[in-house]
Amino acid sequence: MSGWWNALADPNTQWIMLGSMLLGLCSGVIGSFAYLRKQSLMGDVLSHAALPGVCIAFMLTGTKSLWQFLIGAAIAGILATFGIGWITRHSRIKQDAALAIVLTVFFGAGIALLTQIQHNGNGNQSGLDKFLFGQAAAMVPTDVRAVAVVTIVLVGLCALLFKEFKLVSFDPGFARGLGYPVVFLEQLLMFLAVVTVVAGIQAVGVVLMASLLITPAVSARYWSDKLNVMVALAGTFGAVSGLIGTMISAGGNHLPTGPLSVLSATALFLVSVLFAPRRGMLSVALARLAARNRIKRETAATWVERKEEAV
Amino acid sequence: MSSFWIMLTGALVAGACSLVGCFLVLRKLAMIGDAISHSVLPGIVIAFLIGGSRDSLAMLLGASVVGLVTVFFIQWFQQKGVSSDASIGVVFTALFSVGVVLISLYTRQIDLDLDCVLYGEIAYVPWDTLHLAGMNVGPKAVWGVGFAFLLNAAVIAAFYKQFKLCSFDPGMAAAVGVPVTLFHYVLMGLVSVTTVASFESVGAILVVGMLVIPPATAYLLTDRLSRMILYSLLIGGVCSVLGYVFAYATDASIAGCMTSVAGALFALAFLFSPKHGVVWRRWKRRRMALSQTADA
Repeated sequence: MSGWWNALADPNTQWIMLGSMLLGLCSGVIGSFAYLRKQSLMGDVLSHAALPGVCIAFMLTGTKSLWQFLIGAAIAGILATFGIGWITRHSRIKQDAALAIVLTVFFGAGIALLTQIQHNGNGNQSGLDKFLFGQAAAMVPTDVRAVAVVTIVLVGLCALLFKEFKLVSFDPGFARGLGYPVVFLEQLLMFLAVVTVVAGIQAVGVVLMASLLITPAVSARYWSDKLNVMVALAGTFGAVSGLIGTMISAGGNHLPTGPLSVLSATALFLVSVLFAPRRGMLSVALARLAARNRIKRETAATWVERKEEAV
Repeated sequence: MSSFWIMLTGALVAGACSLVGCFLVLRKLAMIGDAISHSVLPGIVIAFLIGGSRDSLAMLLGASVVGLVTVFFIQWFQQKGVSSDASIGVVFTALFSVGVVLISLYTRQIDLDLDCVLYGEIAYVPWDTLHLAGMNVGPKAVWGVGFAFLLNAAVIAAFYKQFKLCSFDPGMAAAVGVPVTLFHYVLMGLVSVTTVASFESVGAILVVGMLVIPPATAYLLTDRLSRMILYSLLIGGVCSVLGYVFAYATDASIAGCMTSVAGALFALAFLFSPKHGVVWRRWKRRRMALSQTADA
């Protein structure tokens, strides 16, 4: 226990903890909208799609600067969202196939570029792929500040445009009928997802970024039917997952923070599935039992009544 | 000779994947290949920890078991009311994390890293050969992937009608007495075996790509399931050969090039497919508008 407190008192750990919590918060918020629009796997696609952007940024400049990578990744992510939008809007390919196509084509092209760089390399390219596989433990204060800025902008935008986002998530046809710029709002939501993914990818890696966008939102859905409650809860779940992940990781056994945060989020999800009011398995089972008892009682009562009438 | 083996492996992977991929695309489960190829990680690690060696067969077995567990969990959460894409995402990321944590727990004792299990390289296929009774009978990967291809072809040929009915109208299938859930798990089992058998030798990205891109391309070209399967097999073969040629010319990753070629073919079909292509449809619409104004 004292080892924990010592580790938590370390300013480095505090930065990592803050970064993970903020990342969990904003991915929970944006993930809620993605979940309702059945685009949960968007995070997975966007984080894979960043690879060619990073490679091209490196090929153009020949240097490894974080900002160039982020810009390259963001541009690739935006192109990926356009690709998904085009495919689903202009052909009969469904969303899931469009996501898978964009993911594999972007990542495949990225791998081709990466090997190309490595084969013609000037020895400066090593670590390019590490950008994608992430290390939360390597988060430095500047990264955390960047994540904080992203969080503030994203949460602010979601609060400002809450009504619009809500309408687009639940009934885009109705929103179009009312004259809202639906395509723009959809692209804006996707753009916010891109920004979140790009901010988080180099801290927690491709797969884990995908998880942060999905799991807290799905857990939150179990607890409420109201969107504002759900978004707030998803943000909280994300932040709590980051917190627990960092704490276990700081506990001293050298386990990576990212996967531990994901497993904490999964644990929260399982708790939600089991114990959430009304939707959770436990309360469903209890409600079923109560209904069965009531029916038994009622049948017994009518039987008794009938007997009495007969007498 | 090595070029031939690489192209053959690529074509077999593409073939095995597109056979099952057609049904995945029709049933809106395209992302399941991506999920399985990530979630099998803990199975591979556990098989390694128990067996103590990087023996392919034990790993294959462990991975297949976890692949089926993945599918089972996805289905279960879906029945509990989680939407299908979200339950795919929750399950595979959780299992992948378990795998990463297991690796970092035991990483000091063993030499097993993410690169070698998830990112197989098709370029090394010709050198890992199988010897039977002292005779060189070709690369191991060709046999493994070829087995998956034949298995898929046999099962789908035997139950073609049932698979077709379950993909297009599961309600009707259930009404006429087809065990829909059983066929769902059979299909998922095939996907799992195919993914696992292929990705160790050719890399996850090629497998996931070939599960979706050739079938989706074929889906834009025809309305008949039998033709869709045939076209996607052909497209897969073309991707393999052209991808290898490009990779050879540019000295880049073979799997990456094969996937990129598949993407380019999809883009062509998306734009120029006679029935569903964007360009043709727009052209037809314009011609129709012109003829109407001419009439008026």
